Amino acid sequence: MSNPILLAVLVLGVTGAIFAVVLYFVAQKFKVEEDPLIDEIADVLPGANCGGCGKAGCRAMAEAFVKQGNMEGLSCPAGGPAVAEKVAALLGCVAEASDPMVAVVRCNGSCSNAPAKTNYDGLKDCAYAHSLYQGESGCAFGCLGLGNCAKVCQFGALSIDPETGLPVVDEEKCTACGACTKACPRAIIELRKKGMKNRRVFVACRNTEKGGVAKKNCAAACIGCGKCAKVCKKEAITIEKNLSYIDFTKCVACGLCVNECPTGAIQAANFTPVKPKPKTEAPAASDAPAAEAPKAPETPAN
Amino acid sequence: MLKTFAMGGVHPEENKISTNAVIEYMPVPAQVSVLMNQHLGAPATPIVAVGDKVKVGQLIGEAQAFMCANVHSPVSGTVKKIEPVRDAFGLWKPAVIIDVEGDEWMETIDRTPDIKRECTLEPAQIVAKLKEMGIVGLGGATFPAHIKYSVPEGKKAEYLIINAVECEPYLTSDHRVMLEHAEEICIGIDILRRSLNVPHAYIGIENNKPEPIAHMKEVAAKFDGRLIVEPLKVKYPQGAEKQLINAITGRRVPSGKLPIDVGCVVSNVGTTFAVYEAIQKNKPLIENILTVTGKKLASQHNYQCRIGITYADIIKHSIGELPENTGKVISGGPMMGKAMSNLDAPTVKGASSVLVIDQSEAVRAQETNCIRCGKCMNACPMGLEPYLFSALVKNGRIEEAGKHNILDCIECGCCFFSCPANKPLLDEIRLGKNKMRAILAAKKK
Amino acid sequence: MKLLNVSGSPHVHSDESTKKIMWRVNLALVPTLLVAISYFGLNALLISLVSVAACVLFQWLIEKFIMKVPTTICDGSAVVTGLLLAFNVPATCEMVWLVIIGALVAMAIGKMSFGGLGKNPFNPALVGRVFLLISFPVQMTTWPRPAAKMFGSFITDTTTGATPLGLIKEGGAEALPQAWELFLGHMGGSLGEVSAVAILIGAIYLLCRRIISWHIPVTFIGTAFIFSWILNITGVSPVGPLTAILTGGIMLGACFMATDMVTSPMAKSGQLLFGFGCGLLTIIIRTWCSYPEGVSFAILLMNAVTPLINRGFTPKRFAK
Repeated sequence: MSNPILLAVLVLGVTGAIFAVVLYFVAQKFKVEEDPLIDEIADVLPGANCGGCGKAGCRAMAEAFVKQGNMEGLSCPAGGPAVAEKVAALLGCVAEASDPMVAVVRCNGSCSNAPAKTNYDGLKDCAYAHSLYQGESGCAFGCLGLGNCAKVCQFGALSIDPETGLPVVDEEKCTACGACTKACPRAIIELRKKGMKNRRVFVACRNTEKGGVAKKNCAAACIGCGKCAKVCKKEAITIEKNLSYIDFTKCVACGLCVNECPTGAIQAANFTPVKPKPKTEAPAASDAPAAEAPKAPETPAN
Repeated sequence: MLKTFAMGGVHPEENKISTNAVIEYMPVPAQVSVLMNQHLGAPATPIVAVGDKVKVGQLIGEAQAFMCANVHSPVSGTVKKIEPVRDAFGLWKPAVIIDVEGDEWMETIDRTPDIKRECTLEPAQIVAKLKEMGIVGLGGATFPAHIKYSVPEGKKAEYLIINAVECEPYLTSDHRVMLEHAEEICIGIDILRRSLNVPHAYIGIENNKPEPIAHMKEVAAKFDGRLIVEPLKVKYPQGAEKQLINAITGRRVPSGKLPIDVGCVVSNVGTTFAVYEAIQKNKPLIENILTVTGKKLASQHNYQCRIGITYADIIKHSIGELPENTGKVISGGPMMGKAMSNLDAPTVKGASSVLVIDQSEAVRAQETNCIRCGKCMNACPMGLEPYLFSALVKNGRIEEAGKHNILDCIECGCCFFSCPANKPLLDEIRLGKNKMRAILAAKKK
Repeated sequence: MKLLNVSGSPHVHSDESTKKIMWRVNLALVPTLLVAISYFGLNALLISLVSVAACVLFQWLIEKFIMKVPTTICDGSAVVTGLLLAFNVPATCEMVWLVIIGALVAMAIGKMSFGGLGKNPFNPALVGRVFLLISFPVQMTTWPRPAAKMFGSFITDTTTGATPLGLIKEGGAEALPQAWELFLGHMGGSLGEVSAVAILIGAIYLLCRRIISWHIPVTFIGTAFIFSWILNITGVSPVGPLTAILTGGIMLGACFMATDMVTSPMAKSGQLLFGFGCGLLTIIIRTWCSYPEGVSFAILLMNAVTPLINRGFTPKRFAK
C-alpha cells in the first residue's frame, strides 16, 4: 500500500462501486411505472409543442392517446394524416380520416388597398394595438400587421410581407395547428380546408361595416353587396352584417364568385378562375349593385 | 412641510401655458353626436326616436343598467339618426345624432347668473338628483356619481376629498374653473359633504397653483371651517385617486379595493362644479370645460363647450387648423391622455383637453437594452417592478406577473417616462393587465 | 398634412437616455484621469487612450461582424469600460500593450458574449482587470511611484515601489504615508485609485445627476471602515480604518464600479446589502488572502449574487 497511485485508484474505485450500488437500489425504489407506449407515441408526434391539439404539449398528447386507447376526438393537426397513421399503428386502431386544413388570412388591407391614415408608434403587438384603437388603416376589423401570428407560429409558416404589411402563409410549412388563429386579436386567420389540388376560395375581409364606410378605408373591403351569394350554385355563400362568408364544406372552388366580386374581396388560391361567359349573365349581375349602390353614399363617413 | 404621497412619482415639465386664458364659450355647432356611453359601465338606452324635437337638457339616453348614467341633449333641434358613430379612437359607439335648431333650453333649468347658496335636499334626494342629471366623475374615469355617493351598507365615509391637483402637464381647465367659479364649486362641495354626512371636505391643490389656492382659501373661509384647502407638494401622479388619498389622509387603498373601503370619497373639482349646477340650477351634465393647448399653437384657450361637438369643430373654432408639423392630438394630458386617431369624433363628458403635440416630441425614441438602472421601479407610485413585468409579459409568463401584482398598476406612465432605454414599459404592462384580466375571467367561469 | 401618430400614454418622456447617462459617467471620470496624468505622466494618458480605443473597436467589431446588429458604440458605454479598465492597471510601459488584451476580454467575454450593454452579469472592466491580474501577475503588480509633486515631472518608470497595501502584506506597515497624503493620492497604485479627492468629485457629480445613489458607496466604504476598525482594535490587522478605505481601490470601486447600474441591485434595500457585501469581502480578502487587494474580487462576487438580491429585495408595495 505504499504506492500512492495504487492507493488513489483503489480509493476511487471502491467509492465509485459503493455509489453505484446505492444508486441502483435508489433507482429501483423510486422507479416510475410508465407505459412504454407513451414514449413511443411521443417520438412519433412532431414534437413542436404547438398546442394545436389543445393539450399542453406533445408529451401530454401522447399520454392522452395511451389513456384513451384509441384516437377518437384526439387529433394532431400539426402532424396530419401521416402522423395519425403512425399513432394508429402503435395504438392498434384506425386513424380517423380528416380533411387537411390550412390557415388563410382573411384580410386584404394591404398598404395600397388600405393606406395608413395614422402612424402607430407603440408596442409592436397586435393585441395591444387592437386594445388601443382601430389601427393604422382605419379599419377596425383589418389586419394590424404587427405579426402576433408570425411570432406564435412554431413552424415558420407565417411571415409579414413588408410590401403589403399582411401575413403570408407558407402552405408547405403550415400544419393547421391553429396557434395563429388564437393569437390574432381580430380573428382574421381562419383554418380552412386545403381543397382539391390546394384550390380554395375565401372572402379576404372581416369588416361588418356598411359598404360605403368600409370602402372608405379599404379598396378591397367586402361591401356585403351579395352578388357572390347570387352567383353561387352550391349555396355556400351567406351574407351577414354586410359581410360575405363562404362555407368551405359546401364550396367546390368553381371560382364564379371571384369574378363577380366588385372589390376583389374574394380571393382564389392556387388557380385562376375561369372567365365568365360574356354577356349572358351580365345584366342579372348589374341589377344587384343597382339596388345596393344608392345606399352606399348615404352612410356617413364617421 | 407640505404633504405628498408615500413613494415614487416624477416631475414632468409642467407646461401650463394656458393658465391665463379666461374660459370662453364655444358656439353651438350645426350638428352634434351624443355618445350613449360617455361613462364607465353599460351604455345608456336612447329614449328618443328619429325626427323627435329635443330641447337643451332633455333626457335622451336613460340609464337602465346599474353601472350607467343618464345622457341629456346638449343642444336643441331634431334627432337625425340613432346609429353608431366612430369615437376618437375609431371604434364604433352607439350615439344619437342631432341637427341643431336654435338654442331652446328646458324650462326647468335656471339660467340666471345668480349664485344659489341654500340647499335643503336630504342626502338621498341629492344622490337621486345626481343620477337624474347624469353626473359622472370628470377626473378621467367618468365613474357615475350617484354610485360613488351612495355609500354601501356597512361602510362609512370619513373623508370627502376634492381633487383639484391637476398634476397632468398642460391641463388648466381645473385651474381656470377654480379662479372663475370658486363659490359655485364650494357650494357643490358642501352639498356633497352633506350628502356623505362627513364634517369636513379636503380640497387638495398642488403648490404650483398659488392663485387658485389663495382664492379657494378665501371662498372656503365663508363655510365655517367645513371646507379645508390643503396645498400639496408638487409631484406627479398626485391626482391619482389612491395617491391623493394617501397624501391627504396617510391611508392606503388596499389592492383591489375602492376608496370607500378606507372611508374616503374622492371627487374631481370639475365634478363639483357640475354638481352645483345640477343640484342648484337643475342643469344636467351637458357642458364641459376643456383646454386647447400645445407649445406650437398660436393661441391657448380654455372653453366651456357643449358635449357632442366634434374635436375638429373645436380645433376649427379655436386655432383654425392644426399646425404644419402636428405629430399627435391628445385627449387629456400627456401622461395619461389618449392619442386620438379620429378628430371627427364627438367630445364626451370626461374630455378635458385637446392637446396638440409637435412631431418633434410626438415620436418615441429608439428602444435600447434595459440597463437595469431601476429608475422605473423608483418612479412607480405603487411600488411595483415595471422592468420585471416587461420581461414576464414578453415571455408570456402572465400569471407570474399577476403574482407580482401587475393589476395594482394605475397606468400613470411614470415608468415609461423615466426609462432611459425608452422601453415601452407601460404598453407591455397594459397588455399584461389585459391578458391577466382575461385569465381571471376565465377562471371565474 | 402629416399622419397623426398614435401610441399609448404617456406621450412625453424625461430627457434621460442611456447615452446621456454613459457620457455623464465619462465626464465624472475626467478628474481622476487628470490626476492620473499629472501623477504618472504620459503613460497614464497613453494607457487610457489605448484602452478606450481598444474597447470601442472590439465592441464595434463584435457588433458588426459577429452579432450583426446595429452598432451602439456612440452610447459611450464602451468608453466607460475602457476608462475604468485603464484606471485599474498600473501605469507602466508594458501596460500600454497588455491593456489591449484586457480590453478584448472585457468586451468579448465580459460584455458582448451576454448580448451587450445591460445584459452582462459582471462589470466588464473588472472582468478584464482580473483576467490581467491572474495572467500577468508580475506586470500587474509593478507600481511606478507617482511623481513627488502634484502636476510634477512627466518622467516615468524611474522608480517602482509597492502599494501601501503591498507594504502592509509584507509587514512594512510603519512605512505607510499619512492619511492626508493618501487622500490626495501620494501612493503607489493603479492609475485611477490614487486620488480619493478626484474620485469623490466625480462621485458627487454623479450623485447630483442622480445617476448613482448614495446607498452603495456609503455602505461599501462604511462597512470597510467599520470592519477594518474592528480588526485593527482587536489586533488582527495592523491597518487603521482610515488607511484601509483610502488605500487600494475601495474609493474607485465604491464610487464607479460597484455602482454600475447593470450589475448592481435595483432596489435601494438591495443596494445596501450589495454595498455591505462588497465592503466585507474586500476587507476579508485583504486580511486573510494572499492578494493584497480585494476590491475587484469582492465586487465581482457581489455581481454574481445581484440577480438573487433583485429577487429578494423588491420595493415595498404601495397597496397591500
